[in-house]
Formats: sequence, structure tokens, C-alpha cells
Amino acid sequence: MAKSVLRLEDVTMQFGGVIAVDNLSMEIFEGEIVALIGPNGAGKTTAFNAVTGVYEPTNGAVYFHDKLLVTNYPRGKMKKLYAGENRGKYTKAVAHTPDYITKLGIARTFQNIRLFKSMTVFDNVLTAMHLRKTAGLFSAIFRANRKEEQKMRADADELLRIVDLYDVRDELATSLPYGKQRKLEIARALATKPTLLLLDEPAAGMNPQETEELTEFIRWIREKFDLTIFLIEHHMNLVMDISDRIYVIDFGKLIAQGVPAEIQQNQKVIDAYLGVEEDE
Amino acid sequence: MEKRLQPRQEKRSVLPAILIICAVLLVTVLLDNILPANTFTLMLIPVLRKGAIYSLVCVSMNLLNGFTGLFSLGQAGFMLIGAYAYSIFSIPADQHAAVYQYFEGGAVRFSIPEMLSGVLGPNLGSFLGAIICIIIAGLVAAVFAALIGIPVLRLKSDYLAIATLGFAEIMRAVFQWNGLGRITNGSNLLRKYTAFTDINLRLGSLNIKLATFFPFLIAILSITFIVLLINSTYGRAFKAIRDDEVAAEAMGINLFRHKMYAFIVSSFFAGVGGALLAMFQTTVQAAAFKTAMTYEILLMVVIGGIGSISGSCIAAFLYIACSEWWLRFLDGGKLFGMSVPFFRDGFRKVVFSVIIMIIVLFFRKGIMGDRELSFRRKPRQSKGKEADANG
Repeated sequence: MAKSVLRLEDVTMQFGGVIAVDNLSMEIFEGEIVALIGPNGAGKTTAFNAVTGVYEPTNGAVYFHDKLLVTNYPRGKMKKLYAGENRGKYTKAVAHTPDYITKLGIARTFQNIRLFKSMTVFDNVLTAMHLRKTAGLFSAIFRANRKEEQKMRADADELLRIVDLYDVRDELATSLPYGKQRKLEIARALATKPTLLLLDEPAAGMNPQETEELTEFIRWIREKFDLTIFLIEHHMNLVMDISDRIYVIDFGKLIAQGVPAEIQQNQKVIDAYLGVEEDE
Repeated sequence: MEKRLQPRQEKRSVLPAILIICAVLLVTVLLDNILPANTFTLMLIPVLRKGAIYSLVCVSMNLLNGFTGLFSLGQAGFMLIGAYAYSIFSIPADQHAAVYQYFEGGAVRFSIPEMLSGVLGPNLGSFLGAIICIIIAGLVAAVFAALIGIPVLRLKSDYLAIATLGFAEIMRAVFQWNGLGRITNGSNLLRKYTAFTDINLRLGSLNIKLATFFPFLIAILSITFIVLLINSTYGRAFKAIRDDEVAAEAMGINLFRHKMYAFIVSSFFAGVGGALLAMFQTTVQAAAFKTAMTYEILLMVVIGGIGSISGSCIAAFLYIACSEWWLRFLDGGKLFGMSVPFFRDGFRKVVFSVIIMIIVLFFRKGIMGDRELSFRRKPRQSKGKEADANG
């Protein structure tokens, strides 16, 4: 049995009266590429945010490498408002800030690219290595961390070479073409040395050729960096091509899971999502 | 794939910067000791001293507002704390009765420069004593920053500005409160403490005045520290927070801790700047550290360019020179010997405001934008940070 990397148990995310993610349970194993798909507003990004510490789930638990990462139960004003299932099943509350979760080894990219605008490509990657530094404030100021700094710079350069962005190393990040910005965002996430990479619509706004290149790229970094990848995507070609398994959610609820071939045949999924796309 | 792993190291040419700094310091010594006292030097020297002080304060504000993206308006408050902390610990013991005449001679009865003078002789004693008091001033300001930062740094943009502004106003009121009079002398002046003119160097029979050298030395050391911080890995984290908080946090940067670092370091140097200002003015009164002072500093930062150290320094010197010197003639009522009716008291400020408006309208990003003066020529806007000598 493969090792579990990320496990969501009954994760529910409720904002006021709206349940964005409803009792979602899923598991991702080491080395897999797993996709989370569903119509717009189905709660995919919310699920990501509940894992990465941006939101605290209202109820449920998240395990990372079989260790409890986040858990919560309906508290405060949610005690009355909570409309989901499994009330009373979880009694602990554990929450972390996003930076801590990234340090544990979960890196992510964003739906709308969020690069550091004023920085060069190189500095974007270098900044993402900050979290692995050991130098304190004063040793950094007085350059007592010279070795570490050199190592960081060398690593950043190597990473840029690996992902083939070295030729634009000194360009401003925002001056890159769209596809390369996406790639840089992934490279920046890789610089935090994750074991699990969350990609939020990595192919959004890309043309078919760029999407194909991205597909190859994602596959390749999985091998190169021994990653487990969890992605949200609307490009069905990419999803069906790349994913080992797929989870489908609609209105926050899990409606199907399985290998791509199964999902493509699943009537529920066709009704809720795949069919709709052809109309658009 | 792994062809040439040796990265293109950014060769920072440190030597020219050091040479320029030394040259500047040498010039300040010469200015004080060689030039005769005439109307020109009587204007020039105070402008240079004050310019150096404001450079430091501007750079410390720029660290927060320009490099970390925290819109804080507490600078005058931290300068006030620094100015008071400095003066309180450097008023000579026998002057306490006179200074604290309404408060039974005050609570602090010793003077660090005086104590050191007893051991090291008057020259070295007041030099080192002043430096120790300045460091104390910075530390006290930093402690206040750490305390106030815990609640305040959770706020964003405008709210942070209002909270820090409020803090500065509260500090001004607290320091004037008679209940603390035995320490702060209430709303009365603090005076008689070690000022710039007390800092001298005696070589045999030669007495070298260091009154201009001293503020430049402290300002340059402090600015160098801030530049080193900004160019370190922590500085990159600050810039990441400025550019995109959400992304910075997702990249593992602890927002609160890093904002706290920036806030504390900035406040430390605001405190140092306050101490220098106290030395410059030779008297300190809390009432002078108004919100307008913070705005003035903010204006210099904006004129120089938010996110540019050298811009802040240039703007500070230009601003001080304009407001205290170059535009003076506008108040005098005469131009080239002819009397001009609207050249009267206050007209200087009108012209000054117009100049500032022009700068803000036509140089949106300030004099330097977010670039730095550099000894290396680089084709693109990107890098080029350099420890820049003052002005």
C-alpha cells in the first residue's frame, strides 16, 4: 500500500449560511497526481485554502503524511449555524498559519498568478528559499551567513536552469509572457522544497500548445523532485491526460472519484460538469 | 544539465562606497575646522547636520513604508522617545537641579557621558557616552515598538497608519504629563545634555571639532546597517510582503514576525534619529514632535522615491536645504536689491508647497523611483543596490 500524503476527513467549510465545501473526504498517496475538478464555485479553491491554512475548516480534519495537520469543530457562532454533517465527531481544534504549513512541505500556486511584482525572476525564486534559512536577523545583516546565502543563490540558479528559466533570470517577473509566469510560479513553489505541490488551475488562460507543454512539465517535475501533486483544473485534456485519479465535487459535495476513464463515463459527472462545458 | 553551477555572483563593489563614505566624513571634519564662520557656513553647516539626521529618519521610515509595505505614521513618536531617552541619560549630574527645577532635580541623577569622562577623559568620554546614550535611545524606542507592534501590526494599510499616528500623539501627551515629570520634566524643556558641539577631539594642543562629523558618522553607520538588512535574505522577505502578502505567506514567510522585525528596526533608528535631533537642537520638548513632523518625513520619503535609500537621503538634504536655506530669501522682501511686495514672511512656504506639488505631479515616483545610486551601470531597471554615501 502506498503511503498516504494528504488525507481529508469530512472537511466542511461553511461561511455564514453557505456551505462551500461539504463533508469532503479524500486521500492522496505518494507520487500520485490527483485532480480535483468541478464546476465554477464548486468549492475547489476553498478546499485548497482549508488545507494550506488560509481558512480554518468549520469541521473535519486534514492529515499530512498521516500526521494531524488541521482539525476543527463548529465553535463560536458556528456552533448554532453549522448545517453540515458529523457534528460532534471532531472535538479538537488545531490550526496553523499558511507559512507554517509551507514549512512542513506543502507548497502551492495561485489561480490568479501572484508573483512578487517588483522582483526579478531570480529574486522570486530566491525569496521562496527564505523559509529554509537558519541564519538569524543579525547574522544575516552582518553577512555571517555568507555560505548559506551562496548556497541559496546557487540553488536558485540551479532550479532556474532545471525549469529552463535561466535565460530570463534577470528579467522582472511580471515582464515575462503568461506561460512563463505560470512556470515561474511553480518554480517558486518548488524552491520551498515541498513534498506535496498544490496547483490551482495551472493551465488557466493558456492556449492548447502551452497546455500540452505544461502537462509534460508537471509530469517531469514529479519525477525530478519526487513530488505528489494535487491540482485543480478546468482543461479536461490536461486533467484526463495527467491525473492518476480524479475527484469531482459539485456544490461542495464529492460526487465521484476514480481513474480518468471512469470519470469520463460517470453519468453524474457528465450531468453536473462535463456536459455543461460543451454548452459553453 | 549541470554545466556551470557557479552562479553569476553579483559583485558588489564595496570599496568605492567605503572610499566615498571616508571622503564625506573627512569633508565634514574639514568643514567644521577649516572654514571661517561667515553667513555661508552658518547656513551650510546646520543644514548638513540636520540633513544627515533627517536622512537617517527618512531611511528608517522607508524601511517600513517603502520596503515592507507597512504604512506607518508613528515616526515622530519614536523620535520623541529617542530624543527623551537620550537627553535624560546625558544631562550632567550637577545640572539636574537646574533642568528639573520643578521636579526636585528629577529621578535620574547620573549622566553616562559624564561618568565615562571621569574614566576616559572628557573628549573620549563624551564621544562614547553620547554613542551609548544614542544606542539606549534606539533600544527604548525599539522596546516601545515591540510592545505597540503586537496589537497594531495585525492591522492593514490605513488602519495601521491611524493606529501608529494615534500612538505618536499619545506619546506626545504622555511625555508632557506632570505625573512623569521626575523623568520627563513634564512640559518643560530638557537641556544642558551632551550636544554636537560638546564632541571634540584633542590632539596635543590641537582641538578638532567633530560637531558635523558626529551626526554624519552615526547616520552613515545606521543607514549602512539598514542597507545591509534590506539586501539580506530578510530584506527580500520584507519586499515579498510588500509585493504580495498572500503569496509571501504561502512561500513560508511568517508575516507577523517579519513585520515585527521591520517595525522594531525602523523604530530603533527613528529613536536614534530622535536622539541626534535632540543633540542638534540642544533642547528637547515633547510638544515639538507633532504629527506634522511625521508628514514632513513622509514627504521626503515620497519625494526621494518610496523604496529607494539613496532617494531618501537626497530628498532629505534637498528638503532641509530648501526649507531652511535656499528659499529664505523669499521671506526677506527683497530680490536682487529690489523690494518685492509679496516677498514677505511665509511666502517661502507658499513657493515650497508649489515645488512639492510639482514634484508629486510630474515625478510620481519621486526623484529616484525605486532605484538606487550605483557605481555599476546596468542596462535595465532591475538591480543595482549599493551602500550609498549620504548625498
